[in-house]
Amino acid sequence: MEFKVSKKANKFTLSMIVIGLLFTVLGIATGYSDHHFLTRFLSNGLINSFFFFSLALGALFFLALQYATETGWYATIKRVIEAIMGYLPYGIGFMLLVFFALTLTNGAHIYSWMDPEIVANDEIIQMKSSYLNPIFFWIRTIVYLGIYFLYWRGYKKRSLEEDRVGGTEIHFKNYKKAAVFLVFFAVFTNTSSWDWIMSIDVHWFSTLFGWYTFSGIWCSSMTVIVLLIIYLRKEGYLPKVNENHIQDVGKWVFATSFLWSYLWFSQYMLIWYANIGEEVIYYMVRIEHYKVLYFGMFLVNFAFPMLLLMSRDAKRNAGTLTVIGIIILLGHWMDVYIMVSGGSMGANAEIGFLEIGMLLFMAGLFIRIILNNLTKAPLTPLNHPFLDESIHHEI
Amino acid sequence: MADRVIYAMYDDEEILKDGAKVLVAKGIKVEEVFAPFPIHGIDPIIGVEETRLGIFAFIYGLIGLALATYGMWYFMITDWPMNIGGKPNESYLENMMAFIPITFEFTVLCAAHGMAITYLIANRTMPGMKATNPDPRTTDDKFVMELRTSQNTQFTAEEIETMVKGTGIIELEQKDI
Repeated sequence: MEFKVSKKANKFTLSMIVIGLLFTVLGIATGYSDHHFLTRFLSNGLINSFFFFSLALGALFFLALQYATETGWYATIKRVIEAIMGYLPYGIGFMLLVFFALTLTNGAHIYSWMDPEIVANDEIIQMKSSYLNPIFFWIRTIVYLGIYFLYWRGYKKRSLEEDRVGGTEIHFKNYKKAAVFLVFFAVFTNTSSWDWIMSIDVHWFSTLFGWYTFSGIWCSSMTVIVLLIIYLRKEGYLPKVNENHIQDVGKWVFATSFLWSYLWFSQYMLIWYANIGEEVIYYMVRIEHYKVLYFGMFLVNFAFPMLLLMSRDAKRNAGTLTVIGIIILLGHWMDVYIMVSGGSMGANAEIGFLEIGMLLFMAGLFIRIILNNLTKAPLTPLNHPFLDESIHHEI
Repeated sequence: MADRVIYAMYDDEEILKDGAKVLVAKGIKVEEVFAPFPIHGIDPIIGVEETRLGIFAFIYGLIGLALATYGMWYFMITDWPMNIGGKPNESYLENMMAFIPITFEFTVLCAAHGMAITYLIANRTMPGMKATNPDPRTTDDKFVMELRTSQNTQFTAEEIETMVKGTGIIELEQKDI
């Protein structure tokens, strides 16, 4: 069955983009005179381009995981995952744009290690500068994004080819590529989250940070997948997808929420326990200036899925999943917001027109692009070797 | 009234499932199915009530949570205040971070053990209990369906027998109880 973007959806995303742009312009107009403006603007750019890029990256990772483990049940929802993954090139574009702007403005007090003046007066950064310098940063960034891009293109191409020719040859090729991709991904999510996010708090470091960021990415991607499936089912598409598939994706949301909470807590507890000045500073800033948001975000991302998604019925109920999905998606955006703003803006951060506007703009664009991606291929893969297993999936 | 139990044995769970569907469609109540492993999708066919084990697990978890919290509050704060690594020790709330891993572990321990023991008792399979399955082969590679005449009074035992025989069984056994 072919997917057509409904007029309502088109109007909805368009109005999101327009309202987002309006708010952004309002935010720029009212905040321009502030001398933190550039930092604030680029922080928001980094937050939103990273958040939406990571949703697509999480979908790519999840698809690779399904191939590497030769999973069967997901075959009927494969196109949904691929549509979300299809945002990746746009996400890469936004990331590059933000990094380019940051390089031009010497880091704009976000990446303070990019600013030669700050580095000259800071011994700690000097010791890190063989790793954290603009040239090496760009090399790494290009390698990460380039490899993600190549894998995305390969998967997309082979998926469409499989529809035409069938057989198992493409499947086994995907299987092998997925195994290699997961190795790259394991290393790259760690190092890229150090480079892109952790280096904002340049004096601080945490070995858990990569896993923490990755689990957030994974959880928000699963949430987007489940929301998109529910939307498509409500519109009458995906007749082969039933409660069993939704329950399985719901389980992923539940499980990855726990993974994320576990890693958040592990990082927090170890630093709290050791109580070393250079480590606790990260949390001091966040507790002092973002207390309600920070702990609220943790409670929302942990307690909501734990209590409300625990029962089997809740995971099969589209309404419950939608409400929880939207709430924890906002929670994970807030997580990224505090990760970035805590280091870049510190006490000066506020959520105003600019923050809401840029979020709305990017969210509208993201939804528009993934809906548009869905129209480009049949909604159910035609020749996936596990398609039959997936249709008869029952738990 | 005399009750007669009919044990129909199959050597494939799919044949049993199809047979059960046919019998239930004719209005027969299937009392029980014995199998060496869980048969996917048999519950809705023979009308097994949804298990309440999950609710019990949640309750056991809550008991574990409460016990762990109370225990640590009593041991570490009230009874003998302990100062470890310079952490404040006069308040549970301020030390909560340190107590969470143990609380978590104890919650999981109670939920898992409570659930396993409840499961074994509910199925009468606690070590030392007498086996209730009709044929020891149901723990190996055979599947047995149990029907009772007292639950299917609209049919005679002979009628049930003929219907069961038409579903691909390999053995049939009857017992008066």
